[in-house]
Amino acid sequence: MGRDRPALRAAPGTRPPVPQPTPAARLRAFSSGLPAAAASVCVVSFFAVFFAWPVAGVIAEGLGSAGIGPVADLLASPAVRSVVWFTFWQAAASTALTVLAGMPGAWATARLGFRGRRAVRALVTVPFVLPTVVVAAAFESLFDRFGVADGDGLRLRHTAWAILIAHVFFNYAVVVRIVGAHWAGLDARMEDQARVLGAGWLRVFGSVTLPRLVPSVVAASAIVFLFSFTSFGVVLVLGGPGRATVETEIYRYALVRLDLTAAAALAGVQLAAVIALVGISTFLERSRSRPEPVQPIGAVRRSAFGPAANLAVMAVLLGLPLAVLVERSLSTGGGYSLRNYGALLERVNLLPDTAAAALGNSLMFAAAAAAIAVAVGGSAALMAVGGRAGRLGRLTDAGLTLPLGVSAVTVGLGILLVLDRPPLDLRTSVAIVPIAHAVVGIPFVVRTVVPMLRAINPRAREAAAVLGARPGRVRREIDLRVASRGLAVGAAFAFAVSLGEFGATSFVPRRPETLTAPLALFRLLGTPGTALRGQAMALAVVLMALTAAVVFVVDLVGDARDGAI
Amino acid sequence: MPAAGPRSGAGSAAEPVLEVRGVTVSFGAVTALADVDLAVAAGETVAILGPSGGGKSTLLRAVAGLQPLDGGRVLWAGADLAGVPVHRRDFGLMFQDHALFTHRDVAANVAFGPRMQGATAKDRRARAAEMLELVGLGGFGPRSVATLSGGEAQRVALARALAPEPRLLMLDEPLGSLDRRRRDELAAELRRVLSEVGVTVLHVTHDHDEAFAVADRVAVMLAGRVARIGAPVEVWRDPRLSAVARFLGHANVVEVGPGGAVPWGRLEAGPGRAVVRSDAFRRLSPAEAGSGSARSLGAAGGSTVEAVVVDARFRGDRFELRVRTDPGGVELVVLDPELAPAGRRLAYAIDPAAVAAVD
Amino acid sequence: MHSRSGLTDTGRRGARIGRLRLTAAIAALALIAAACAADDPPSVEGTTVTLLTHDSFALSPETLEAFTAQTGVAVEQLAVGDAGQLVAEAVLTAGSPLGDVLFGIDNTFLQRGLDADIFEPYRSPGLDDVPEQFRLDPEHRVTPIDYGDVCLNYWTDALQGAPPADLDDLTSPEFAGRLVVQSPETSSPGLAFLLATIARYGDGWEDYWAALRANGVAVTAGWEDAYYGEFTAGGGDRPIVVSYASSPPAEVIFADPPVDAPPTGVVTDGCYRQIEFAGVLAGAANPAGARALIDFMLTPAFQNDVPLNMFVFPVAAAATLPAVFVEHAAVADDPLMIDPATVEANRDEWTDRWVEIVLR
Repeated sequence: MGRDRPALRAAPGTRPPVPQPTPAARLRAFSSGLPAAAASVCVVSFFAVFFAWPVAGVIAEGLGSAGIGPVADLLASPAVRSVVWFTFWQAAASTALTVLAGMPGAWATARLGFRGRRAVRALVTVPFVLPTVVVAAAFESLFDRFGVADGDGLRLRHTAWAILIAHVFFNYAVVVRIVGAHWAGLDARMEDQARVLGAGWLRVFGSVTLPRLVPSVVAASAIVFLFSFTSFGVVLVLGGPGRATVETEIYRYALVRLDLTAAAALAGVQLAAVIALVGISTFLERSRSRPEPVQPIGAVRRSAFGPAANLAVMAVLLGLPLAVLVERSLSTGGGYSLRNYGALLERVNLLPDTAAAALGNSLMFAAAAAAIAVAVGGSAALMAVGGRAGRLGRLTDAGLTLPLGVSAVTVGLGILLVLDRPPLDLRTSVAIVPIAHAVVGIPFVVRTVVPMLRAINPRAREAAAVLGARPGRVRREIDLRVASRGLAVGAAFAFAVSLGEFGATSFVPRRPETLTAPLALFRLLGTPGTALRGQAMALAVVLMALTAAVVFVVDLVGDARDGAI
Repeated sequence: MPAAGPRSGAGSAAEPVLEVRGVTVSFGAVTALADVDLAVAAGETVAILGPSGGGKSTLLRAVAGLQPLDGGRVLWAGADLAGVPVHRRDFGLMFQDHALFTHRDVAANVAFGPRMQGATAKDRRARAAEMLELVGLGGFGPRSVATLSGGEAQRVALARALAPEPRLLMLDEPLGSLDRRRRDELAAELRRVLSEVGVTVLHVTHDHDEAFAVADRVAVMLAGRVARIGAPVEVWRDPRLSAVARFLGHANVVEVGPGGAVPWGRLEAGPGRAVVRSDAFRRLSPAEAGSGSARSLGAAGGSTVEAVVVDARFRGDRFELRVRTDPGGVELVVLDPELAPAGRRLAYAIDPAAVAAVD
Repeated sequence: MHSRSGLTDTGRRGARIGRLRLTAAIAALALIAAACAADDPPSVEGTTVTLLTHDSFALSPETLEAFTAQTGVAVEQLAVGDAGQLVAEAVLTAGSPLGDVLFGIDNTFLQRGLDADIFEPYRSPGLDDVPEQFRLDPEHRVTPIDYGDVCLNYWTDALQGAPPADLDDLTSPEFAGRLVVQSPETSSPGLAFLLATIARYGDGWEDYWAALRANGVAVTAGWEDAYYGEFTAGGGDRPIVVSYASSPPAEVIFADPPVDAPPTGVVTDGCYRQIEFAGVLAGAANPAGARALIDFMLTPAFQNDVPLNMFVFPVAAAATLPAVFVEHAAVADDPLMIDPATVEANRDEWTDRWVEIVLR
């Protein structure tokens, strides 16, 4: 070429001067796809071994012996039909309420440039880790304290409203975080444009913002729906023993009645419903995703009375129960002290270890679960948006969301049933706890990251490729970096889910030295005694604080701008 | 024109380094590239000129390896690039929308290519600074790309594309988003920068002024084919195809009969179709027109035309007059230094050098 | 801290299992040799036995260490959910058990385990010291270890010294709206209390519950939300709750600030006795170690440790109760029990009826 090409060539020979279309070059082109293929295999086998196979095992075991007849009879019975109906409508209503309640929060954390934005985002994640019993107690005490004048209290206990309110409380963060992360990446100039054209803020939201937010709103709604669909403690404790959902019925048939056939039939119904829902939501999410053509613009200040009022209400709804817990954890004897917190460092007879040690275990499990969830969920998200993986990727995308909507009973018992032979004799392995937690955490990672990846301008990927980045490198440099905020949100949720998880874990055999914080909390609350109760409240508060702190730090990492040259 | 590369008088490059041979790309029923041939010499700047949807960007993507070929080959220095993935082609591509990495600052954007080549952090930083200096954005390194103006973003994209020292630089409508003034300025600057670097360039544009300003040779792409290729002056003067002529803005395409017969009289051209450039017309004074010199001029080998002004547009240095010939009733567009009101009858001499046969 | 190594333990555990199998094989060979030579008991020295229990299982750390010191057998504990889950999972994994010994099946679910053949019969010599009333399985597939009485508890102050004397009192206007119970579908004490009323009233139990409902009984899903939600202890407005005879000692031991006497009392009429059993799981990897562990569970070292860790009473006659139990724990006058086979045959039907009567 006769052109002087100084400097910069890293080292002579790192690249062939002019690549020939040799078999070697073809092999290179092929092998550059290998890491991606390996990741796909890992994702699919993880999902198959720890979710699909156990669930299929339970359903096969339950339905194998019985014919179609008894199953059909059971499903056609009015009792079961009313349970299925109640399950659906309470989940749908919970989802609608949570989305309505959460949108202003999502807006505020995405668009307002106020101090402590990150702290707010961390705090709203806290309810996730709180055991239902503790939350129920806090709500009850609130209802009593702020009851109507004649001292009878506002009796929400054991009503459907109590279930809905609790679901909003638990899932508020899902909407705020998932929609908020997406919102922050949208170009605010489009809204400005609409306002210049004469639209009011509600109009701007409805016609400019919301249509672009559809993917993340759908993703968040799907998660909230699935959580409400399979919620267990909330239904029984706040809804009362007379309420039954598909989830509580699966529990009852499988573990109280030992009627695996009925349990499997209901698990089948649940699975079918969840597959349908996930299918619809991923389709909606995919079809409404559009790459954003321009660069995102940072936080913008704007005043809006409506959102502000809503935020105040949410602060009360989220804050008061938490405040009640803090107050209770501090009250000892007649006054207030930190005695309950000090007691966490000493072992009580009921527990194999100190509550503090249980917190340590929980943090380790949660870290492991979040790491697994990020690795598997992140790879799955890349598979889902990558053009090559095609149908498999899309199936994985939808499939990995299913664990959110499938009963912990089904998964837990399934693991016991099928993972009992080498090389997968994992039933009593310590690793099964974080893995079971990760199975629930992965959907969060997938559902937050996929919309962000879809919003990446494909030209950016091509630009990286033209600039010399291998396909794997393109993913690392472009997709992963852009998705880092989503990965952080997903990791934070996976962490919080693990920290507070009690469902699937309770089915897996655990060693006493792996006592977790939620378990310790249940043991403390399961025995009479004011000291135990105080310690349980203190433990719940520490759990909350740790969650908030970890989520805060994870966020900080995820938000860090990449200035690396 | 300060040319950096060798001037090729003919339609093909002297010693082609990039060769596109019979490349075909279809999107379903739509053929974006139909059997395209193109050869580019080392250090040469070739402009791909054509209307939107003419297949220009697809050609760039095909050369870059971003677009799989349905037929044909792309060769570099005689070697087929079929098995060479995008990232190993060592080509630069500057996208129409710039596609800057929004999650990275300006310096990190520019240093991306060198980083992919494994350059050390020190070299990368130096290279980024050098490139930004080259495009006139010294000190912009730590800025967020979200804060850049259109022109700045364009320069950053150019610096990023140049930083890894590509052996071929492809620019897709690099000046498309700018106003005319900035476009002229930047076209000149682009020419300066590219000649300074001495890189081989494929420059896609829909604007013939831009193409003529930057290119050693121009390839006009129409409906997925290279309709005409050559030095700017050649292409302008001798478009050869009426479609190319029309795309270049030559409005006067006329049918010529045996012996140069045209509706208004005679034209110095063989039978068939001819394009008469708007600058071919010289207005004859009333004296010249009335003295019959027009006729004698025609008899002497040149040709003349008499026409009535339909309307006029001011073009800054000239007026663009639309006239109807009488006899003949053919509408022609004429560039005339003087204004003439509608209805005025004028006579023009036609410069035979500005008449070219087409099709 | 043991748990520090928790996550990296898998690999080593695999190795340990391998070693365990090898050891078991050697032990089996040694057993045959020993059986030919003499009548000596087989050596279990150096083996590990896995104890499968529920989450409420707790002991002082030194107790199981003492067992290992005595026998050379290490104990690995595994816990799953509550007693109901424990039995369900043991039945589900029958033939491929999760451990060697199961502890924590009680008489309300006993028959389910027996029917599923999950246990190997074993008669521990320690059983001689256990009163006849606790020995529910003549075939010795399970061995009684501890018991607890599910009784009505009341908040003394709230009732001004006039607690209900028996189950009948609860239907009187005096106690209208004062009782909270747990659903037998989701709660172990709830089920025990339902069984108590069936044992007491026979076919009249349905009328009794209809009367309780008319008298404003509250129902919760679990013990926690009854005791800490509706009951006075948690700030609720119902001073009578279904709990355990051992709840008052816990109220004293875990009181803050310390108290001399519990704020609660126990109605000693109408209590249902829950007996917890242990058994060698069929297909156990270490049956000899399992039998040794069951023997140990009936020794004073284990029996005396049970009350303050699990708040239940030891079954061994020789066991001594801690002072706080002697002082504050109530002893049921005439505890009610229903034969496990009858419970198993009727449990689902009874709870279905109960739901109809009380909740619908």
